[in-house]
Amino acid sequence: MDLSTTYLGLKLKNPLVASASPLSRSLDSMRHLEDAGVSAIVMYSIFEEQLTHEAEALEHYKSYGTDSFAEALSYFPDTGEYNLGPEEHLKLLSKASKELGIPVIGSLNGITDGGWIDYAKQMEEAGAAALELNVYYIATDPSMDSQAVEQRYTEILRHVKRAVRIPVAVKLSPFFSSLAHTAQRLAADGADGLVLFNRFYQPDIDLDELDVKPGVGLSDSYDNRLPMRWIGILHGRVKASLAATSGIHTHEDMLKLLMVGADVTMMCSALLMHGPQHAAKVLHDLEKWMQEHEYVSVEQMKGSLSHKSVADPSAYERANYMKALNRFKLLV
Amino acid sequence: MSDASASPTERKKVTIDGNEAAAYVAHKLNEVIAIYPITPSSNMGEWADEWSAQGRKNLWGTVPTVVEMQSEGGAAGAVHGALQAGALSCTFTASQGLLLMIPNMFKIAGELTPTVFHIAARTVATHALSIFGDHSDVMSTRATGWAMLSSNSVQEVMDMACIAQAATLEARVPFIHFFDGFRTSHEVMKIEQLSDGDLRAMIDDELVRKHRERALSPEHPVIRGTAQNPDVFFQAREAANTYYTAVPGIVEKAMQKFAKQVGREYKLFQYIGAPDAERVIVMMGSGVETAEETVEALMANGEKVGLLKVRLYRPFSLTHFLTALPTTTRSIAVLDRTKEYGSSGEPLYLDVVNAILESFNAGTLPLKSIPKIIGGRYGLSSKEFTPAMVKAVFDEQKKPAAKNHFTVGIDDDVTHTSLPVDAAFSVEKPDVVRAIFYGLGADGTVSANKNSIKIIGEDTPNYAQGYFVYDSKKSGSTTVSHLRFGPRPIRSIYLIDRASFVACHQWFFLEKFDVLRAAAPGGTFLLNSLYGPDKVWDQLPRIIQKQIVDKKLKLYVIDAYDVARKTGMGGRINTIMQTCFFAISGVLPKDEAIAAIKNSIKKTYGRKGEHVVQQNYKAVDQTLENLFEVNVPATVSSTIEMPPVVSPKAPEFVRKVTAPIIGGDGDALPVSAIPADGTFPTGTSQWEKRNIAMEIPVWESEICIQCNKCALVCPHAAIRVKVYDPQALSGAPATYKSMDYKGIEYKGMKYTVQVAPEDCTGCGLCVEVCPAKSKKEAKVKAINMKPQPPIRETERANFEFFLGLADVDRRTVKVDTVKGSQFLRPLFEFSGACSGCGETPYVKLVSQLFGDRALVANATGCSSIYGGNLPTTPWATDVNGRGPAWSNSLFEDNAEFGLGMRVTADKLMEMARELVARMKPEIGAELADALLTASQADEAGIYEQRTRVAQLKQKLAAVKSPDASRLHSIADNLVKRSVWIMGGDGWAYDIGYGGLDHVLASGKNVNILVLDTEVYSNTGGQMSKSTPRSAVAKFAAAGKPTAKKDLSMMAMMYNNVYVARVAMGSNDAQTVRAFIEAEAYDGPSIIIAYSHCIAHGIDMARGMTNQKLAVETGYWPLFRYNPALIAEGKNPFKLDSKAPKGALADFASLETRFNVLMKSNPDRAKELMKLAEADIQTRWALYEQFAQEEAPAPHAPATTNEPR
Repeated sequence: MDLSTTYLGLKLKNPLVASASPLSRSLDSMRHLEDAGVSAIVMYSIFEEQLTHEAEALEHYKSYGTDSFAEALSYFPDTGEYNLGPEEHLKLLSKASKELGIPVIGSLNGITDGGWIDYAKQMEEAGAAALELNVYYIATDPSMDSQAVEQRYTEILRHVKRAVRIPVAVKLSPFFSSLAHTAQRLAADGADGLVLFNRFYQPDIDLDELDVKPGVGLSDSYDNRLPMRWIGILHGRVKASLAATSGIHTHEDMLKLLMVGADVTMMCSALLMHGPQHAAKVLHDLEKWMQEHEYVSVEQMKGSLSHKSVADPSAYERANYMKALNRFKLLV
Repeated sequence: MSDASASPTERKKVTIDGNEAAAYVAHKLNEVIAIYPITPSSNMGEWADEWSAQGRKNLWGTVPTVVEMQSEGGAAGAVHGALQAGALSCTFTASQGLLLMIPNMFKIAGELTPTVFHIAARTVATHALSIFGDHSDVMSTRATGWAMLSSNSVQEVMDMACIAQAATLEARVPFIHFFDGFRTSHEVMKIEQLSDGDLRAMIDDELVRKHRERALSPEHPVIRGTAQNPDVFFQAREAANTYYTAVPGIVEKAMQKFAKQVGREYKLFQYIGAPDAERVIVMMGSGVETAEETVEALMANGEKVGLLKVRLYRPFSLTHFLTALPTTTRSIAVLDRTKEYGSSGEPLYLDVVNAILESFNAGTLPLKSIPKIIGGRYGLSSKEFTPAMVKAVFDEQKKPAAKNHFTVGIDDDVTHTSLPVDAAFSVEKPDVVRAIFYGLGADGTVSANKNSIKIIGEDTPNYAQGYFVYDSKKSGSTTVSHLRFGPRPIRSIYLIDRASFVACHQWFFLEKFDVLRAAAPGGTFLLNSLYGPDKVWDQLPRIIQKQIVDKKLKLYVIDAYDVARKTGMGGRINTIMQTCFFAISGVLPKDEAIAAIKNSIKKTYGRKGEHVVQQNYKAVDQTLENLFEVNVPATVSSTIEMPPVVSPKAPEFVRKVTAPIIGGDGDALPVSAIPADGTFPTGTSQWEKRNIAMEIPVWESEICIQCNKCALVCPHAAIRVKVYDPQALSGAPATYKSMDYKGIEYKGMKYTVQVAPEDCTGCGLCVEVCPAKSKKEAKVKAINMKPQPPIRETERANFEFFLGLADVDRRTVKVDTVKGSQFLRPLFEFSGACSGCGETPYVKLVSQLFGDRALVANATGCSSIYGGNLPTTPWATDVNGRGPAWSNSLFEDNAEFGLGMRVTADKLMEMARELVARMKPEIGAELADALLTASQADEAGIYEQRTRVAQLKQKLAAVKSPDASRLHSIADNLVKRSVWIMGGDGWAYDIGYGGLDHVLASGKNVNILVLDTEVYSNTGGQMSKSTPRSAVAKFAAAGKPTAKKDLSMMAMMYNNVYVARVAMGSNDAQTVRAFIEAEAYDGPSIIIAYSHCIAHGIDMARGMTNQKLAVETGYWPLFRYNPALIAEGKNPFKLDSKAPKGALADFASLETRFNVLMKSNPDRAKELMKLAEADIQTRWALYEQFAQEEAPAPHAPATTNEPR
């Protein structure tokens, strides 16, 4: 049984990749993931905004109230050099890249050109096998048109591609007027892979406090329907690897996403819920299913149910919605 | 910070203050350093701790061990032990701290042990505490047998620290090395740093070896510290004489060695002045520099004057003293910076008198004739000491009947000791740039000026001096920076009164004080102004215009806040104003100056990223484009007058004494104006309208649910609630808001939430806790922050009207609820605490619930400063004139101080009861019995007892007997008194713990309130035993490695102590209940109150949210342990918070004290955080176990009456 696949030009032993999550915050848990069989790990993101914010907040609060009152001209000791940049992150990335037998992919979330480029270079130097650009951007400004939003993605990508030699994937939001076009444009601008999709955490309303609360919820298998559709549509149409992320919990989820055309499937919520060992179970189930259904390799099934490989591609399109409605009517 | 990496021989120029200079040498030359914070010496310990935390090594290549103790007494004890065990060991302290070291100092000297204590000399507390400098502390140690070496300037601090260490090792006599607190300890000067080579040359390793040989060791044991009897003790005291007689020679030798190595010459008594001087001043300390500067000026005028600087004060070498005096001396004036009541003179004066007389009697006086000697006092508590005052002393010496025991620098209109001073006299040289900057603590003026001094001191050949004056408030404080730059070392150790440059960084100062008073003619005035160069003139107050015209000042304006906004600097104007100074002061060529500023920006902000650097560069460039010179008209046109400092309605004392202090004219108050015994009227903060809030809360009555939480959390009693009769609304200002009261208890009455617009500090805590949100727009609450200036006038009138409404009858109030408690008038208002302070809401609550019958003992610390620092104090009275009677004794004795109050209240009540019983026939049985059996358990009971006492007094007035008179004088004690002992964790957990423990064990009915900020907040956030594991604090720069002491459990173990842990931001109802229960419990009570603090490095507006998370995560569990429940068969322990939810990090990540370690040492941070998590779980398990236990068997009562 050949489970291997190629993603971003990297030869991976199987199509199960651990996506960016708190599990990659320590070398120990990354080792557990490797032991459980994942073929690569995307490390948790460097958030440039957060680093800048932390640095500014630290400076602000350390100096807040200083030089105001004769008895307390400061409130904190000077503890020498501070680690205000991504050093800690890079240290771990470097260690993981050296000590793990699987590729470690760096993940980067930035807001300024400087941040994207500097950190991308530093991640490459630290040993990242590839980079994932996580453009977590919500366009709330009504005066910003869709082109400007797309422009943002492509510019970031171009900057980073110029700065590094390792492969670069872009993690996308599903909210584009023409996702296929955007995907193609990114591929044309040098994206080695597309990661579908960024799961925006949706806020919730607290009725007691009459307040908006940030919501951090884990996915379930249903959530893979969105990437499933779009990977199905994009497979074979864009010159970039495709990674499915969101709602990959079981071997069945993996199979479906691979069949629509994903090169890898990325798992996060399931690993957080069940622990790193869940990867081993899913891989075992995957292999068993493939044996039972007489598949010999992952490559064999990749894209077999994609938009262009199925008999009735309209299932991926608007007609699908119409059909679903009709069926619903019948059921009633 | 100085750089330790200088090569062994190279001597660097550094721009540092006196404390850093002393700490630098002490850290280089010691192995064990015991520390404890006390102003103004704390920074020495902080430097030592930081350097050791950073791994900086001493002269012998090892990192000194720095250990914080629980008190200065503890530090001295630890040093004593370290010395006995053979370490080179030292400590740093001041004032009361030095007094606490005295017992050990006798021992250390008695055992002939070499060490140097570095002292930032500070006033000892007498009628009042003062943090400022004089010699009353060091003079109190004269009897200990320590050598005393004085440093007069920052350079000398570094030099003498080294000379003292060299001498003590040889002499074996321990040394006090002292310099003036603040004036030298905090003065920033450009000095030469001793190199390692210098220190090596000065310190003889052989003497170090001998010190180790004398140490206690089981390899060659000796016994030291025996008890001796009349037969030999005396001889032993005399046996050490030779060591003392040798000291002057040893110090002299060390000074000579130093001169050879470094080039600076020092003498035990150093004379400067005319070789044929007739009038000589003898003195020591920073004033010496000023005197030297004055002597030079007077000599230039041909006056035969001189100055004898005393360096080695103890042992006082008569020979050296007499040799140093010019033989022509005919008059000696001895200046002491201390006051000794009852003595025939101050200490240095007496030494000089004795030296002259003794040598005259012995026939060894080297002078041509026996001189006249007069003594005087100057500079107490950092009182200014100027050349004009020095001249006044020399002038006095000319008089045939020169005044002895004089004072200089004050106006003594009572005992007429003061000398007249010619204020016009000045010795300032024209080539020295003298600049004064008025700023706010919050606007970064001081830090920008410190930076300017560094730029000039380190990048140019100029000498630089910086001295900074702060007011006594912790919020909205004003700072005045005094900077001098010149081609020669600066000896002007006094505030600038002829400034060639004055900068006013805040427009509103123009209305508050005369910022141009010290401007010299022809100088420059830089104003941060909203108004441009064409409009500003018409907006200036008359007094400012007049001085600009009269003194021919050049006027420059910049709208610094606008530049800051436009360049992305937010509200930070420091870089902008600093650039203006360099651009127009001429201290450096403009281009050079701008380059230097940019270079400094790169150094300061480089590690924060290029965009921050660029942002600052942009601000510098924009500054130059927005700085304008104003065409000054030839005539004064303004009709704008400065408003009066206090309202004309203020009481006479406030108008005549307090107002000048507020207005910066306190120095001009004569002796007769000041109470002699430190007793002041309370309730004065209401007259100081500070107007420091940019935004204040505004009430939206239609949204309000009348919960009163806003009033509860307000740290400054600036938001208040009242219920009142609707008829009282007649005559209300048009904008005054009110609404119907919603509850049944005051049905038909009106309700108002009112803000004191000029007293609010704008912290926003009230808005944060307000639970009521608009149904239409959730961001609108029942109170919202709005800009203050547009509503200041109307809200001032509304607040005045509100205050005029009758307070609710206390008997009708449900005092044990949050809502009810807030209808009680706060008798603690408008304190100088930090904006958003976490302590004061608790203090205010005490004042509301019990203030009209409370005695308060307050430990030194934040609460004694915001509670008792002049000019105005927050403890206030109700309409009947009753209110908390407050006092501060010391830091270490507060529990005992409060116990004394309790015992006395009990005793006086007992005596009054005895007299009532005895005088029953005269008083009438009914009233007497009622007085003796009154319950006083609630407000109604207390009200009734007060009525009875009034009746009693009336009756007693008619009775003429000694008993009647005695009873009349103590009758008020028949009303139950509530004794509150309050202070911070530094007091309760550390320095005062022994006393606190004793008071808890006493069984007496005291209420202890621990305002737990988990650090020594008042002195700048040093670690206490309350500091949690993993938090960074001063003295715990690497994160505190040990867990927080659980004071609540320790107190609980007594079984008969009421204990509560509260956090108002988490459970305000529990807080109020705990205060009520604690006071009601007839025995000792302790409330440990979580107090968020500026020293946590938090968003102070969200302090209550942090408290909530502290409780939710189990960091600060809430409980009450009420021994009174045992008698009811109930478990006395009630856990008031839920099991820990989430991770400690959820709370800790909001606070810089935890975050900072994650950034400086992530591995250690993770390790400590893990342990801190475990601490929480362990403690929770223990508490839960207590909560689940069955009620214990009743135990003995808290205390019983003494047998008779």
